[in-house]
Amino acid sequence: MKKLMMALTVAASFALAGAAHAEDKLKVGFIYIGPPGDFGWTYQHDQGRKQLEKELGDKVETTFLENVPEGADAERAIERLARAGNQLIFTTSFGYMDATNKVAQKFPKVKFEHATGYKTAENVAVYNSRFYEGRYVQGVIAAKMSKTGVAGYIGSFPIPEVVQGINSFMLGAQSVNPNFKIKVIWANSWFDPAKEADAAKALVDQGVDIITQHTDSTAPMQVASERKIKAFGQASDMIKFGPETQLTSIVDNWGPYYIERAKAVLDGTWKSHNVFEGMHEGLVVMAPYTNMPDDVKKLAEETQAKITSGELKPFTGPIKKQDGSEWLKVGETADDKTILSMNFYVAGVDDQLPK
Amino acid sequence: MFEAILLTVATAATPLLIAALGELVVERSGVLNLGVEGMMIMGAVCGFVVAQTTGSAWVGMGAAILAGAAFSLLFGFLTLTLVTNQVATGLALTLLGLGASAMIGESFVGLPGVKMESLYIAGLTDIPYVGKLLFGQDPIFYISILLTIAVVWFLFRTRAGLTLRAVGDNHTSAHALGVPVVRIRYLAVLFGGACAGLAGGQLSLVYVPQWVENMTAGRGWIALALVVFASWRPWRILAGAYLFGAVSIGQLHAQALGIGIPSQFMSSLPYLATIVVLVLISRNKRLTLMNTPTSLGKPFVPDR
Repeated sequence: MKKLMMALTVAASFALAGAAHAEDKLKVGFIYIGPPGDFGWTYQHDQGRKQLEKELGDKVETTFLENVPEGADAERAIERLARAGNQLIFTTSFGYMDATNKVAQKFPKVKFEHATGYKTAENVAVYNSRFYEGRYVQGVIAAKMSKTGVAGYIGSFPIPEVVQGINSFMLGAQSVNPNFKIKVIWANSWFDPAKEADAAKALVDQGVDIITQHTDSTAPMQVASERKIKAFGQASDMIKFGPETQLTSIVDNWGPYYIERAKAVLDGTWKSHNVFEGMHEGLVVMAPYTNMPDDVKKLAEETQAKITSGELKPFTGPIKKQDGSEWLKVGETADDKTILSMNFYVAGVDDQLPK
Repeated sequence: MFEAILLTVATAATPLLIAALGELVVERSGVLNLGVEGMMIMGAVCGFVVAQTTGSAWVGMGAAILAGAAFSLLFGFLTLTLVTNQVATGLALTLLGLGASAMIGESFVGLPGVKMESLYIAGLTDIPYVGKLLFGQDPIFYISILLTIAVVWFLFRTRAGLTLRAVGDNHTSAHALGVPVVRIRYLAVLFGGACAGLAGGQLSLVYVPQWVENMTAGRGWIALALVVFASWRPWRILAGAYLFGAVSIGQLHAQALGIGIPSQFMSSLPYLATIVVLVLISRNKRLTLMNTPTSLGKPFVPDR
């Protein structure tokens, strides 16, 4: 039933997308997994879209389809955007990977950009952000701030992007407190405020005193604030939901990338690529460090500066995998390929990775 | 900790219970309203907006109820007066609700909401283990329990309830006996809408005090399914809603404890468990048939 409903929503949006028509402008389409009002992941992509419109003015015209489920519906939605004359299409969720590539084969002249995936083609570029760099800083803060030595982690789906975050958070925390623990709950959803709130409550009831999330709503922040513990925001600055709760937040800053790529299409210099950018390039921004003592703040700022300059890479040996086997030797750093397909935990994570 | 878990379960079960009770009355009168999700989200957004504007969660809750009822009136007018297809109209109502709520709530996204305060009775609420469960929950929890009792009493102990069930079982006969079929169905639909609105208000004012698009995340559909699997009986809806709530919260705790069961399976567990249990308790075919409103979803045009 829900599928049907989604399909109808998508169909309705198509009618609108088709109606808007202008000739000489570069039409840029976006596919969103959630609503732009989620105040998290999709919100930030939409902010990027707005920056693009602001920067390039009447040279571009943007459309977006929201709440597009991953899977068969995604393919129809992407194809629809391509048919409506969009020459550059950003598909902003991991699960759109195969759908994007399939549609790209049918529309060789349209440029596609898929976020957080790994499959590229002549007309499919992949862009990804090193969110895990921010997670490392969060881990450092968590280990400094936690009294129980246990943090709660609300995950969406066990995909590399999320696993990177858990591992990096753990490594950051271990750099301060080698015995630090994290409890992981998978919500199996990117966006279900009530379920995320329940997960947060379950974690607090089990004794964690810091919560970090890799789901898209602000509900866990609110629960943390009610239960008077600390939490990290996700994807955007969530300070309004926990003025005395949020320690910091990883803010996804997509705007500059969207502007750069749209300009490339306008100049005719667009090429497919696979980029993986982080703090250094300004894609990952940290919200102000709040609700922590000055020494913790200083340490967090130092860690961030080291990551930005490239002096510190979170995945640098010696690191053992969860089963005790060696992953990285002393001084060895993980290559991007391993990071992008990460499907194992590092030592110390107290959870079994769902397969 | 056990008490804390039960409290979370009650919060999770309450919106399902209220919305399903409303839909139960609607379906018992022979009308199938698939717009529960839409009415619920309208309740959630209107409740939040009004509470935010007036600063009172209670006024907001009232607005949520009114919004749900007003929205259901649209459904009633289409299906009962204009005799449109109930399934299609219900689906349209859901789509409209999701869209309209996003529009109404646009400027309220990202504002911290007003939370309805939980009950506190000095002395009673502080009793260890059970105090908070019995005397320290949010008002909507108590309303949901009273509502269950009221629906049972109304449907099976009053003349009006009997008439409503008669309309749902055979509208032609009821009409022949001079029962105002359409008027009764209008009232049932309104009640269903008010309940869905209240359930939505619970979501945006108690459960997660904030407004975000799509925040019902399919709870209206679960409520609809509960009605069918509970074979149209109120106590079973109560059992089903709490079972669903308990398993959803239980699986989160199991995950946090690090029990190595795949989380995808755990997430589907509430659905599986609820369906299995409700199917098992409705094995008595005769009893189930007796409780199924025979005219469910069928259009009714009074002959002149």
